[in-house]
Amino acid sequence: MSASITELPPTAPHHHVPPESFLRKYVFSLDHKVIGKQYLGLGLIAVCTGMFLSWIMRYHLAFPDKAVPLIGWIAPTFAAGGVITPEFYLQLMTMHGTIMVFFVLTTAPFAGFGNFVLPIQVGAEDMAFPRFNMMSFWVTFVAFAVLVAAFFVPDGPPLSGWTAYAPLSAVGKASGPGEGLGQTLWVISIGIFCIGQLLGSLNFIATTLDLRAKGMTLARLPYSTWAWFITSMIGLIAFSVLLPACVLLLLDRVAGTSFFIPAGLVVSDAVQPHSGGSPLLWQHLFWFFGHPEVYIAIVPGFGIISTILPAVCRKPHLGPRVLIGCQLAIAGLSYMVWGHHMFLSGMSPASATLFSVPTLIITIPAAIITLLWLGTIYGSKLRLSTAALFCLGFVSVFVTGGLSGFFLSQPSIDTYLHGTYFVVGHFHFVMGVAAMFGIFAGTYFWFPKMFGRMMNETLGKWHFALTFIGVYATFMPMHWLGLEGNIRRYSSFPSDYMHGSLPLHRFITFSALFLGAAQLIFLVNLLWSRLRGPVAPDNPWEATTLEWSTTSPPPFDNFGGVHPVVYHGPNEYGVSGPRGDYVMQTDPPMAATPVAATPVAVT
Amino acid sequence: MSIAKGMAPSSAARTGVWVGIGAITMSFAAYTSAMVVRHGSIPEWQHFTLPPILYWNSLVLVASSVTLELARQRIGGPFDRLGHSASLLAAKSRAWLPWYGVTLALSFAFLAGQYLAWKRLSGEGVYLATSPSSSFFYVLTALHALHLLGGLAALVYALRCLRSDDGPRPVNVLAAAALYWHFMAVLWIYLLVVLALWV
Repeated sequence: MSASITELPPTAPHHHVPPESFLRKYVFSLDHKVIGKQYLGLGLIAVCTGMFLSWIMRYHLAFPDKAVPLIGWIAPTFAAGGVITPEFYLQLMTMHGTIMVFFVLTTAPFAGFGNFVLPIQVGAEDMAFPRFNMMSFWVTFVAFAVLVAAFFVPDGPPLSGWTAYAPLSAVGKASGPGEGLGQTLWVISIGIFCIGQLLGSLNFIATTLDLRAKGMTLARLPYSTWAWFITSMIGLIAFSVLLPACVLLLLDRVAGTSFFIPAGLVVSDAVQPHSGGSPLLWQHLFWFFGHPEVYIAIVPGFGIISTILPAVCRKPHLGPRVLIGCQLAIAGLSYMVWGHHMFLSGMSPASATLFSVPTLIITIPAAIITLLWLGTIYGSKLRLSTAALFCLGFVSVFVTGGLSGFFLSQPSIDTYLHGTYFVVGHFHFVMGVAAMFGIFAGTYFWFPKMFGRMMNETLGKWHFALTFIGVYATFMPMHWLGLEGNIRRYSSFPSDYMHGSLPLHRFITFSALFLGAAQLIFLVNLLWSRLRGPVAPDNPWEATTLEWSTTSPPPFDNFGGVHPVVYHGPNEYGVSGPRGDYVMQTDPPMAATPVAATPVAVT
Repeated sequence: MSIAKGMAPSSAARTGVWVGIGAITMSFAAYTSAMVVRHGSIPEWQHFTLPPILYWNSLVLVASSVTLELARQRIGGPFDRLGHSASLLAAKSRAWLPWYGVTLALSFAFLAGQYLAWKRLSGEGVYLATSPSSSFFYVLTALHALHLLGGLAALVYALRCLRSDDGPRPVNVLAAAALYWHFMAVLWIYLLVVLALWV
C-alpha cells in the first residue's frame, strides 16, 4: 500500500516554490523550518536580555549600598551613577518577567520547536497556512520591538509587573515613572503578541488535523506533536481573552474609559477622572489567561521530554494514552484554577475553596505524567546524552517546583506565602527552569536535524552539570527566604527589616551569576557546532518519528518529493526490527517486503 | 521530483475558519461577560436606549447571508458531474454575480448603518468614555465592525478567485469566506441581544 499521484487533487496548484532571494529565503520566509529557527533566535535574544536584567536586580539585592557596575553608563537616565532606585528596580522586574514569560517561555518551546518539528512529524510539507505562519513570527517580532522600545522613552519601561495590575497600569503617568508611554507600549506589545500567537495556534491545529501523512492516525502522532496541538488549544482560548483585556486597558489609558478604574481613586494626591471600573476585572481577565499560560510554557516541555525519553531509554514510553489523556485533563483544568492567583484579592473563603480544589486536582494528572516518565526511565538502558541529562533534570525541577505548589494552592497557607520569595522560587522552578530544561533538551536533540551538524557532547554535559547546580543554588534558597517572610518585589532590605536575609541574598546572587556564566558554554557550543560540528547523520539518536526519516537538515519540502506513509506508532522501541532495537514510523509492516512498501516518489 | 510545496487541502481552510470562529467567540465572550459582571456590580450603571437603526441593520446583515447563499447555490460545488470546474461554469453563466453584488452592497449598508447609530448616539452626548455602558457599546460594535471588514475582504478575495482562478480553489475559498460571514451575522445577533438587555 502506498501513496500515489492519483490520490492528490486533480489539479494541485503549488503553495510556493523554493525562494530565490535572500529576503524570501531568510527574512520573510514562508518555510516553517526557517520560521521555527527565527522564533528560536528571537527566544535566544530575549532570554539573554531577560537574564541580563535579572543580574542587575540580583546585584542590587546583594549589595544595596553599592552602585551596580556599568549600569550608570548603560542607563544614565534611570540609574545615574549605577544607583538602582526602587522605581527602576520595579521597571527591571517588570521587563524581566514580561520578556521571559512571553518572548522566551512561550515562543521557544511552542512556536520555535513546534514550527520546525510539527509539520515534519505529521508528514506535511509545510504548515497549513504558510503566510499566516510568517505573519505570526513577524507580528511577534514587532511585539518584542515595541516592548523593548519602552527602554528608550523618556520615563522608561513600566513598573507594574508582568501582570500589569490595574489601576496602577491604567491611570497613566500619575502612578509612577514608566506608567506613561512605557506602560502604553507594554499594552500594545502584549496585544500584538496575542495576535501572533493566535495565528500560530490556528496553524498548529489545522496542520495537525488536516495535513497528516497517510497512515498518521491520531494514535500514531508523536508525543511532542500531541503536546504542541494541546498547547495550541490552550493558547487559542487564553490569548483570545488576554487580547480583549489589553484592548480595554489601552482604552482606559488613551481614550478616557473606565473599565478597570474605580470612582474616586486618588493617585499621587489627585482624584482620577474615572468612574465605574473594577481593578478586579483586570485580574480575572489576566489570570484567566495567566494560569493557562503556565501550561503553554510547560506542556511543550512535556511533549519534548516524552519524545526524547523513549529514544534515550531504548524502551517504549509507559502508558502513552494515559500521557495524552493527562495532558488533555491539564488543559481543561487549567481554565478552572485562575482564582488561586487571587486568594489575596478579597475573595470569599468559599470562592477561594472553589479555586483551591481544582488546583489540587490538577496535580494528579501532572503527578501521573511524572510517574510515567520515571516508569519509562526505570530499568532502561539509558543512553546518557546531553539531551537525556536535560530530560532527567526536567523531571527533577518540575517535581521540585510542583511540590511547593501544594502549599500555595491552599488559601490559608498562600495568605502568608503569596507576597514572599517562596512564590518566586516556586514559579521559577516549575515554569521557568523546567521549561528552559525542555528547551535545552529539545535543542541538543533536534540541533542535528536543524543544522545538519552534531553538538559537542562534552561541552553539553558540562553545561548541564553547571546549570543544574546553578538553578538549585539560585532558586532553592528562595523558599527559605519566603518561609522567613522575606517579601518579594522590594528593591532592598534595609537594616531594620529582613537584614538577616542579606547573606542568603548574596549567595543567591553569586549563584545566579554562576548560572548565567554557565550559559556561555551553551552559546559557545551552539556557535562552534553550527560552524564546525561533525556532520550529522539522518537519524543520530536512532529515533522513530518522521523527522528522522528525512535528511539532516530536511530539504525545502521536507521529504524530497515523496509523501511519507506511516505504518507504526512513535513508541516502537525495545523491539527487534530491521534497523536494530527500534522501528521507525515509516518502516514497512513486518509482513510486507521492505522495498515495495517504502514511500513512493511523487512526480 | 517536485520540490514545490503542495496546496493545503480544502479541509484545512474549513478547519482554519472554525478555529478562528472559536477564538473570536472566546474573545467576545470575554468582553460580554466583563460587561455583564460590571453591570451587576455598579449600582449607578447608566442605561441608554439603543438606536433603532441597529435592529434594521440586523435584518440587513441576515439578508446578506441569505443572498450570499443564493449566489453560492448558483455557483455550485467545486466540480460538476463532468468534472468541469465551478469557476469555469460560473464564468459562463454569471447568474450568481447579481446575488454576490447584492451581498456586498448589503454589507456596506450594514457598516453605514452602524456608523449612523454611532452618529446618533454621539449627537445625544453619549460617547465612548461617557459611562461604562457606553464604553462597552462602542467597543463591542466597533470590534464587530472590524471583524466584519475582515469578512468583507475575504468575500472580495473570493470574488477575485472566482473570476480568475481555475480548479476547486475558488469554491473552497468562497465556502470558507461564507462560513465566516454567517458567523458574523450570528455574532451580531448575540451582541444585539446582550446590548439590548444590559446597555
